[in-house]
Amino acid sequence: MAFLDRTARAFLLTELVQGLALTFRYMFKPAVTTNYPYEKIPMSPRFRGEHALRRYANGEERCISCKLCEAICPAQAITIEGEVRPDGSRRARRYDLDMTKCIYCGLCQEACPVDAIVEGPNFEFATETRAELMYNKQKLLANGDRWEAELAMRIAADAPYR
Amino acid sequence: MPKLTIDGTEIEVEAGVTILQAAETIGIEIPRFCYHERLAVAGNCRMCLVEVEKMPKPVASCAMPVGEGMVVHTNNANVRKARQGVMEFLLINHPLDCPICDQGGECDLQDQAMTYGGDRSRYQEEKRAVEDKDYGPLIQTWMTRCIQCTRCIRFISEIAGTPVLGGLGRSEHLEIGRYVGAAVSSELSGNLIDLCPVGALTNKPASYTYRAWELKKTESVDAMDALGSAIRVDTRGNEVVRILPRVNDDINEEWLSDRSRFAIDGLKRQRLDRAYVRKDGKLAATSWSDAFAAIAGKVKGVAGSKIAAIAGDQTDVETMQALKDLLIALGSGNMDCRQDGAKLALGNRAGYLFNSTIAGIEEADALLIIGSNPRVEAPVLNARIRKRWLKGGFKAAVIGPKTDLTFQHDWLGDQASILAAIVAGTHPFAEVLKNANKPAIILGQGALAREDGAAILALAGKLAEASGVIKDGWNGFNVLHTAASRVGGLDVGFVPQAGGKDTAGIIAGAASGDISVVFLAGADEVDMKGFGNAFVVYLGTHGDAGAHRADVVLPTAAYTEKSATYVNTEGRVQRTRLAIFPPGEAKEDWKVIRALSDALDKPLAFDTVKQLRERMIASNSVFAGEGVVKAAAWTGVGTEGALSDTPLASAIDNFYMVDPISRASKTMAECTAEFGGGCGCNSKKKTGTHG
Repeated sequence: MAFLDRTARAFLLTELVQGLALTFRYMFKPAVTTNYPYEKIPMSPRFRGEHALRRYANGEERCISCKLCEAICPAQAITIEGEVRPDGSRRARRYDLDMTKCIYCGLCQEACPVDAIVEGPNFEFATETRAELMYNKQKLLANGDRWEAELAMRIAADAPYR
Repeated sequence: MPKLTIDGTEIEVEAGVTILQAAETIGIEIPRFCYHERLAVAGNCRMCLVEVEKMPKPVASCAMPVGEGMVVHTNNANVRKARQGVMEFLLINHPLDCPICDQGGECDLQDQAMTYGGDRSRYQEEKRAVEDKDYGPLIQTWMTRCIQCTRCIRFISEIAGTPVLGGLGRSEHLEIGRYVGAAVSSELSGNLIDLCPVGALTNKPASYTYRAWELKKTESVDAMDALGSAIRVDTRGNEVVRILPRVNDDINEEWLSDRSRFAIDGLKRQRLDRAYVRKDGKLAATSWSDAFAAIAGKVKGVAGSKIAAIAGDQTDVETMQALKDLLIALGSGNMDCRQDGAKLALGNRAGYLFNSTIAGIEEADALLIIGSNPRVEAPVLNARIRKRWLKGGFKAAVIGPKTDLTFQHDWLGDQASILAAIVAGTHPFAEVLKNANKPAIILGQGALAREDGAAILALAGKLAEASGVIKDGWNGFNVLHTAASRVGGLDVGFVPQAGGKDTAGIIAGAASGDISVVFLAGADEVDMKGFGNAFVVYLGTHGDAGAHRADVVLPTAAYTEKSATYVNTEGRVQRTRLAIFPPGEAKEDWKVIRALSDALDKPLAFDTVKQLRERMIASNSVFAGEGVVKAAAWTGVGTEGALSDTPLASAIDNFYMVDPISRASKTMAECTAEFGGGCGCNSKKKTGTHG
């Protein structure tokens, strides 16, 4: 019986019809693709994109050169050199991040005790040369200044779960 | 020998041992903050609480002697609860600034809080803050972090012997601080940083520049003084970040002098990183081959007797062996490793060693120090002598500079004639030496590096023979060197060969034109003006006096940048290890000499360091035994002669600036400005009580 059943279905093209029916049904459903870059999908506040170094509200940079991010980075993408700033506080003289090494795991922002290094929502930072992906402290702080409003919002949104 | 049970293991230990020590013998480590095995027991941190059956409360194991039949639990629920309570109290006022604390990652409190700390604080009241104290240019204080373990107070008063720290106030208001007007000017003050279990005392010159986990650690040997202390060189990239002592009970226990620890920034400054040749009166940078060509142009055709070499205070044995071979190949016997002109006994090894050994000083019961201030020449040795004095039954006397040596001693005067009186038996101290079981003499370079040095050496030798300083099973005749290279140089025979000139002869010869080429292997402490018109080739690390006078400068490696042999003042052969690479084009000294020998058409008979070390062993078998002291047979020393009436002084007048490295160091310059020459000659700053 099973043989007859299978042969009949094959000759009647039932599978093909079923498949085309599915295709036809989707013509009446809303589209799932977006028209990037003119449209963008919603993003979780935990999305791990381009890095930024944040500042306090008074303009003081947050990073205290504790080097916990450097220690935890599995790709060893971060290089920090500390110094005593003339006012006696501990600050990074150098904060280099090799974006070509980074694997966007987010461990740096987990390790940071002062929420200085964060991975922001920006994923559109493609460059024309490799060298531009070697971020230094200046670039990271500029990122922080540019994205601060959104970064603060994301941290506040995620705070209840921490 | 009481028997007790610790965590179910029955052990038998000596009476008087504490529970903590007994537990350590079977590998059970009890957490502690205030207890330190080389300091007196304080018992104030309470972290080492253990439960002893039939005792009503947990006891502090560091202060509780073992008793017969004790049953001790070091890690049951009660003990853990007690320790958690102690930890909670300690953390009440300890700031949560681990991320900016230099101790972070190697902090006892941090480590133990991982085991016994809670995940939140129940403390709602205001926290205590303590004003930071000024401990000088070496130690940064963060007094709010202090947990009042008092290790620093105990170290500075017991080991260093300069009681300048104390606890002020009571209970919550207890603060550790200096006494009014006192500076923390001990030559061993850096050890406070190691002892501090938290980040209250940290390394000021290296502040914020490193994290404990990112340093590469290289075990090496110190070459800043003649003790050859065991050190660990911590590096980051190609930079020495800090130097820490390693435990070596034969030499430095676990202490290190401040110069050895903090002069490292001198390794980065004033360095020679390429060859220079003097052109029109100015040194001009050049290549190795041009520098060699310039030397070859001068040396070739010059008679051997017109060539000479002087080795400096940090020159390693490999270099001296290579340079000696080169000079002999050139037909010269003019060489000397004693740039201060010390009249050391040549050929008689026992005559220039610290024969009792450094650890052996603890057996001595009478000590005569001649022309030396061990506190600045070898602070770690001075701490040993003090340790011996603290045990009691020890008489010491000094002929030489009158200083505070941190142990009680009779100052007999600073005239060499007093030594003659002791030898003649007319001085009361002669009796003390004679009646002692194990008398010892320490002869400093200050007594030997003078006109009548040989006569003083002869007198000291005579005294040693006559008063039982040298007898079966005991040799207390000790020469205390100040240069790391000195014993190695004498062992390898870097001294005037037959018919050769010594340092004074070389300088006089250069001035008169008898010597026309002088090689200086790191020698910076000779009179550079005395070389007249001689052609001076300087091999060295720093742009110091030698490089300023030189006609050709060849850059070489410092002691952290090579694997090199040094022999300490006891005659212990030790090797440094390469921690970082030499800067720029600098090369290891012996390689430079080997390459130079090719340029001079006198190729030396070795190509590798292994062959060179075999050559060293062939010339003196002591180099075969690394890390051991071989007792040397005693033969007479010195030649008798007239004594001068110049007062005996120490060979070192500024503890903080002795060699090219420490002279180039900014930290050491700050110390000199703050503390003067070291040795308790407290800060030049006046206090309120100074008129």
